[in-house]
Amino acid sequence: MFRPILNSSLRIARPTASTVVKARLRAYRYLSQEARSTIQKAIEAKPLVLFMKGTPDAPQCGFSRAVVQVLDLHGVPPEKLQSYNVLEDPELRNGIKEFSEWPTIPQVYVNGEFIGGCDILIGMHQSGELETLLENSNIIPKAAEEPAQTTSS
Amino acid sequence: MPIDVAQFEAALRAAIPLTALEIEDQSSGCGESFAVVLVSEVFEGKGTLARHRMVNQLLKPWIAQMHAFSQKTYTPQQYEKLKDS
Repeated sequence: MFRPILNSSLRIARPTASTVVKARLRAYRYLSQEARSTIQKAIEAKPLVLFMKGTPDAPQCGFSRAVVQVLDLHGVPPEKLQSYNVLEDPELRNGIKEFSEWPTIPQVYVNGEFIGGCDILIGMHQSGELETLLENSNIIPKAAEEPAQTTSS
Repeated sequence: MPIDVAQFEAALRAAIPLTALEIEDQSSGCGESFAVVLVSEVFEGKGTLARHRMVNQLLKPWIAQMHAFSQKTYTPQQYEKLKDS
């Protein structure tokens, strides 16, 4: 008897990161290679990637709301931001914690690098580090320089 | 799963040499949501993310049981400066 075996190597590459992440990730106790590479692609798809509870328009948690507000304050344009609602996908909710080795949501990635959660974002916002990071990552334009002193002739 | 604050504090003190510690149960006594301030010389020379990761690692089994956890970490010098300001 010849039974066709379906395994992940036979699957055709999926089109977009967001649909892939919303697909069921097989996280369970460990992070499968497939889930890991799915998340890896997601964090690289946009300059700023946010894993949160709820959506930027309707956050479902105080910490997620705070992160959204801080990013909004810095004028992060929507086209540079991708957010994922972990409440919609329990396997993503667990998977991202395994992937980042970070126990809580929200989680912020800039250019594929994990930055931190709410505490860290707020701390960086207060110290000015966040603005610098967003500027250097080309997510927000640099603040206008002080005009050079010109001598009048 | 509710956390016993006294046990959590004991675990914190056992895990990290602390000069100062503040634990706030933000779940109004329900033991599910905590904010901690940790002051220790082990944070010296470490960036914020490294400090938080270290604490997360040391307290992994505790944090896993909480609904929410937030932390602020300072070296003894940073904490003194904070108190003075």
